[in-house]
This record gives sequence, C-alpha cells and structure tokens, in this order.
Amino acid sequence: MPTLVMGKPELEEALRPIIERYKGGKGITIPLLAAVQEKIGYLSGESLDFLSREMDIPAAELFGVATFYAMFRLQPQGKHVVRLCRGTACHVQGSLRVGEMLQRHLKIEEGQTTEDGLFTLQFVACLGCCSLAPVMMIDDEVHGRLTPEKAVAILETYRKAD
Amino acid sequence: MSKMIVKVGMSSCGIAAGAGPVYEKIESLVKERADIELKKVGCIGLCFHEPLVEIEKDGKSTVYGEVTPESVEAILEGKDQFTPILSHAQEAPENSMMGKQVRIVLRNCGQIDPQKIEEYEQRGGYDSLRKALSGMSPDEVIDEVLKSGLRGRGGAGFPTGMKWRFAHDAKGDSKYVVCNADEGDPGAFMDRSVLEGDPHSVIEGMAICGYAIGAAQGIIYCRAEYPLAIKHLNKALEQARAKGYLGQKVLGSDFSFDIYIKEGAGAFVCGEETALIASIEGKRGMPRPRPPFPAHKGVFGKPTNINNVETLANIPWILANGHAAFAQYGTEKSKGTKVFALAGKIKKGGLVEVPMGMPIRDVIFEIGGGIQNDKAFKAVQMGGPSGGCIPAEKIDTPVDYESITATGAIMGSGGMVVMDEGTCMVDVARFFLSFTQKESCGKCPFCRIGTKRMLEILTRICEGKGKMEDLETLKELAPQIKDGSLCGLGQTAPNPVLTTLKYFEHEYIAHIRDKKCPAKVCSALIHYTIDPAKCIGCTKCARACPVSAITGEIKKPHLINDDICVRCGQCMKACPVSAISVE
Ligand SMILES: Cc1cc2nc3c(=O)[nH]c(=O)nc-3n(C[C@H](O)[C@H](O)[C@H](O)COP(=O)(O)O)c2cc1C
Ligand code: SF4
Ligand code: SF4
Ligand code: SF4
Ligand code: FES
Ligand code: FES
Repeated sequence: MPTLVMGKPELEEALRPIIERYKGGKGITIPLLAAVQEKIGYLSGESLDFLSREMDIPAAELFGVATFYAMFRLQPQGKHVVRLCRGTACHVQGSLRVGEMLQRHLKIEEGQTTEDGLFTLQFVACLGCCSLAPVMMIDDEVHGRLTPEKAVAILETYRKAD
Repeated sequence: MSKMIVKVGMSSCGIAAGAGPVYEKIESLVKERADIELKKVGCIGLCFHEPLVEIEKDGKSTVYGEVTPESVEAILEGKDQFTPILSHAQEAPENSMMGKQVRIVLRNCGQIDPQKIEEYEQRGGYDSLRKALSGMSPDEVIDEVLKSGLRGRGGAGFPTGMKWRFAHDAKGDSKYVVCNADEGDPGAFMDRSVLEGDPHSVIEGMAICGYAIGAAQGIIYCRAEYPLAIKHLNKALEQARAKGYLGQKVLGSDFSFDIYIKEGAGAFVCGEETALIASIEGKRGMPRPRPPFPAHKGVFGKPTNINNVETLANIPWILANGHAAFAQYGTEKSKGTKVFALAGKIKKGGLVEVPMGMPIRDVIFEIGGGIQNDKAFKAVQMGGPSGGCIPAEKIDTPVDYESITATGAIMGSGGMVVMDEGTCMVDVARFFLSFTQKESCGKCPFCRIGTKRMLEILTRICEGKGKMEDLETLKELAPQIKDGSLCGLGQTAPNPVLTTLKYFEHEYIAHIRDKKCPAKVCSALIHYTIDPAKCIGCTKCARACPVSAITGEIKKPHLINDDICVRCGQCMKACPVSAISVE
C-alpha cells in the first residue's frame, strides 16, 4: 500500500466518504482508523485532527487507539512493507539471523524505512504459517523456508521488479 | 470407473508454498474431463509438505507433497515417480501420521471446499442447528454440552456448558455470542486453519450457542493478520444467510440470529476476554477486573458468552453425535480431542487432532515423525507466552489440562513448538519475556515493570554478564508478577522463565559461570574460528562473510576477526573442508 502525499483539500476529500460511512456508529474507532490507513497509507497527524473535528471524537482518544494497536502506523511507509515473523516457531528455526541479515542488507533497523523509500522492515509475531518457518510477508505475499541469503535474494527480486 | 476427485490444499500457507500455480495447472489439464472433479480445500494437515494435492480414486486416497506445476501431470496419470507421502490404505506405514488421530474439529478440514456451503451440508452441516431448533429446548442444548465434558480450547479450559448456563441465566434484553479468533500465541495456527478450511462449523456452533443462551447477535473477533480466514468467513456468512441459517426466524423457528466480523488490530492482550470486549467497543484493549464477568456485563454492557474457535467447532459434532460419543474420547477430566499445531524442529510439522490423554511422546514421535535430522529432542513449548517448556524427561506426560499444568506449562490453545539440542533455553525464556514485555498493556505496575526487570536480567545472562544472584532475583520476581497482575498476560508471564529454570538451570549456570552457551545460540558467548591446519585458503568464507570479518591471502590460512564477526554462520556453511568451527 503506497503512501499518498497529498495537500489538505485532497486529504479532506479523500477522508470524507470514510467519515460518512462511520459517523454516529458505535464501536467504530478501529475500523475507522483502519479505513483511513488503507486509504492514505498511514495515520498522519493532520488526518487524525481532521477526523477528530469532523466526527466529534476527542483527538486524544484517536491517538490513544492508534498508538495502542500494532497495526496502526503513524509514519509513512515504504513502497514495500516487509514483515518478518519473529514468532516462536520462526525464532526456533533461526529468524533472528534472517532479521539481522535484512537489517544489514537494507541498512535500517526494524521499524524503519530505507532512504529510497522502497522498503519498510517490520518484525511481527506469527503469520500463521509456522510449518514453513522462518517466514516473511512482503506486501500480501508470504515467503517461507527462509535462510538469510534466500531472504535477501527475495527482496532483490522486488527491487528489480520496480 | 468411479470419478476421480483431486483436492488442492489452498489454505494461506498452501498458497505461500505455491499452491496457486499448481491449482491453475491442474485446472487447465482437467477442464474437459467429466470424470475428474477438482476442488480447493483447506488445511490437509501435512503442512510441512506443502503444496499438497490429494487424489481420491476407487475409494482410495493418496496425498502428494511438494507438488509443482511441472509434476502435476505425472501425478494425475498415476505415474510412479512421485512417492505419495500418505496413502489411506490401512496398512501403509506412512499412515502413522493420520492413524492415531481422531478428527472431530478437523472433520471437514481438507475434505470440503470451504467456500461451498453445499459441501458442508452434504457432510451433515447445519443438521445440528436444525435439530436444536426443532426438537430441543435451550436447556437441553446446554445440558448436552455440559454432559459432553467439553472445556474451553482457548487456554483456560473452563467447562463450556457451565459458561453457557451463566450466560443463559443472565438477565438482559439483548445478549451476545463472541467467537475469539484472535489467536495470539506466536507459533500456533489451529484457529486459522479451521476458519479457512471449515468456517461453517464455527458459524453453526455460534448459532447453536446463540439459541442456547438467548442471544440474537454474534461477533467474530478475528486477527487482521488472517486475511484469507476473514474472506472465507465473509463468504460463508453470506451463504448461511441466503440459506436461512442466519437472519430473521432461522429455519422457520422463532429464533433470529446474525453474525458480523470484527477485525483485531494487532495486540496480543486483546485475546483476553475483557480486553477483547473493550476492543470490540472501539477502545484501547485494556483488561478490566472481573467480576463483573462477561456473562453479566460484556459487549456494550450486555450479557456475553465468549468462546474460542475450536470450542465452537466442536459443538455441531457434539449435538449430532451425542455427548456420550464425545466423552468416549479423552480422560476423566479432559474429554474429547485437542488440535495441535506442530512446529519448530519437528519432521512433520502440521495440524493434528488427537484424543486428550495421548502422551506427548506419541504426538511428537509417532504423529510428528520425530526431530528434524534425528537430533536429540530437548523440550516442547506449550501454551506460548503463558506456558512453558516441557523437557525430554517429561515426554510421557499425557495431553490433558491437569497433567500439562502439573509440569509448569499449560495446555494453552494448542501450539507445540519442538526444540532440539540446538535451541538455547535461556534464549527461549528471553524471547518470551521480550514478547510479553512488549505486549503488556501497561496498566499494572507489576506486569509492566516486573517483566521489564526479568527481561533485563535474561538479556544480561545471554550476553554473558549475568551473576548467580540473578537466578534468585528471577525466582523472587515471578510470584510478585503473578500476584500483582490483573489479567492472564501478567499472571502467566513468568511461566516460560520458571519452567526453563526448573528443568534447565544448568544452562543458565553455563551462561553465567562458564560464559558458555551450550546450544551455541547466544551471540556474545560463541566464537567462530578457523583451524589453520585444515584451512586450504580457498577464500570462500571471506567472500561469504557479510561484514568482511575474514582476512587472508589465497592458499594461506584465513583468520576471523572476532570483534567484527556478527555470528551469522555463513562462513561455516561456505567452507568446503570444514575448517571453521564454533565454540
Ligand atoms: C493475554 C491473553 C491472551 C489470550 N488470547 C486468546 C486467544 O488468542 N484466543 C482465545 O481463544 N483465547 C485467548 N485467551 C483466553 C480468553 O481470555 C478466553 O478465556 C477464551 O477465549 C474463552 O474461550 P473458551 O472458553 O472457549 O476457551 C487469552 C487470554 C489471555 C489472558
Ligand atoms: S497484567 Fe499486564 S497486560 Fe494484563 S492488565 Fe495488567 S498490565 Fe495489562
Ligand atoms: S560467522 Fe558470519 S560474520 Fe562471523 S566470520 Fe563467519 S561469515 Fe563473517
Ligand atoms: S572456506 Fe574454509 S578452507 Fe576456504 S579459506 Fe575459509 S576456512 Fe579456509
Ligand atoms: S511463528 Fe512464524 S509463522 Fe508462526
Ligand atoms: S496444510 Fe497448510 S495449514 Fe495445514
């Protein structure tokens, strides 16, 4: 999901339909924020302020929810999001070494985005494909039975495809 | 000649392993063939061999593993060069994986196309709901569940019938049934497989529960990390509505019931029931004290019954076959079966369902085929971050709630991560503590600060900076965290540390006193060295090293600079003459 760069009027226009959909519903905060993130790639400060004003939800509440759940991102993301599984099965099968290799290769730490904006690296807990451990997910595709070298080779196929 | 049925395992891990192109290839080959039926099924259970194709012909079924688009043609023609990994002929030796299993929860997984309600119906699906609505009172349904002895499969093992009774007896104009599909244990995928492979069994279980407790609304709280499960659930819900199994006046009765899906947002603590309720209500998923219990004050303050996916998938089977049929399996206090996700250093990782009471040894060695590369079995981790490591000497422990708890681990939701001699138990304890520490919601100081303290100590030990007093401090902190925590996350967080300390204290001591990691895992305590007598100076290691830690002239012995080395092990793999060792 690419991060959209947009000015204020465009942002408001992009968010308007989402606001219409959720306004007044109960227990809507999480799906609301998920829809906004889906639309613009991350939860920017401006977007949360705008939601707060339009929907009459205190900004502190929106920020509170957005920071509580791992799914929400407050920073723009790279073009490809690499999620390396650091769950138990993957840990036992050597995912730490894979992670160290990816960090070295991309020259970033977990949670950061490469300078060229191509990759964001995240460590997550279990992608549910434990019998293929170690596993990583790039965007929506799962890659299993990784070794440090294989993981780097897979990343490079994404770089080449661009 | 009877019709040949070809099933392709298309669960998310099957797709990850490459089942998509395999399916397309078969589809193109059998398009014109009326004698072959092709279908997409869920988890076949032999996940370690994916992509999987099962062929049913003349009443016999054969499973092929690691199938590629190139190999499907030969498989379809029955050519022999591909050895089936499993054949359902009774005497086949490769059968031990299935032979000892009893499939109640997984009765349809890998058998039916989960996106076709008709296939579920053909196997008796929704008959139990019909039976309940047409001939049983809610009390009778609850009685049946109670007598079956079914206990919650989400971890705590609370009797399901009793829970339903509380929710039934609670006063309220509207009530909720919640299916807990948050599956937070990192290393487990039972619930995902059931939701992907047989979503209707969970929906039917929820509808029966709704009837029993008097609820009109169901909610499935599903991890957002499971997009395929959510897709299959949505489709199944639509189909169930269209057929009158959900909606107003279900099957012409006076009972109305519908279900919606709520996606989680990535917080482990939201698997805890009061946090889950807060999350459904759109708030931060913070646990709250109980009482009031969800049965009295749950979602939006209404009486709510929360059950795990697997618990609910058992319900239609129990109603169809009767409580006695269910209770014939298992032990005195743990009835029925349990689904386990076998992972880690095991040969045949995958999804298995066994009668309660089976010794862990049989699950790992007979069904799971033993340890990868025939290494020595060291321990099995059960119960995830709330559980513990069961060592080799306890491998005959039967899988039932009480026996597992007696080891210091817990049954948990069904993750079994197998560890061998190459797994460091101190590192495993640190791994879990760093997980719980990150996932602590921060409400209770003991959970928040206590786990942090424990993690600091464990990290220190792994780095070779530990002191013997640290072990005492860990033992002192554990009960304080347990007693001072509001919810299960904090109350059980010390378990991985306590069990490894109990069974593997010698490994802790080796780290602290000898500055050695016996499993050769902890980076700070291991060193890669080149034996100059063996090295032929081929330069392969130097080229493989990602950080240029190796120097040396061609045809002369090479040298590793320990200060630069990041302990990745690449050089050791690259060396053609095994001149590199790690100590
Ligand atoms: C920190 C924490 C995480 C939990 N995660 C889950 C989970 O992912 N899935 C689940 O079914 N139960 C989970 N539970 C247990 C639930 O709170 C609850 O007991 C269970 O859903 C009840 O269903 P059952 O009676 O059918 O087992 C968790 C509990 C705690 C304390
Ligand atoms: S025990 Fe931990 S996770 Fe549970 S409520 Fe307290 S701080 Fe939060
Ligand atoms: S272990 Fe890795 S970093 Fe160390 S010398 Fe070998 S290849 Fe280089
Ligand atoms: S790969 Fe082995 S033989 Fe070749 S230079 Fe390195 S240590 Fe020596
Ligand atoms: S532990 Fe990595 S996919 Fe489950
Ligand atoms: S066959 Fe993939 S989940 Fe089991």
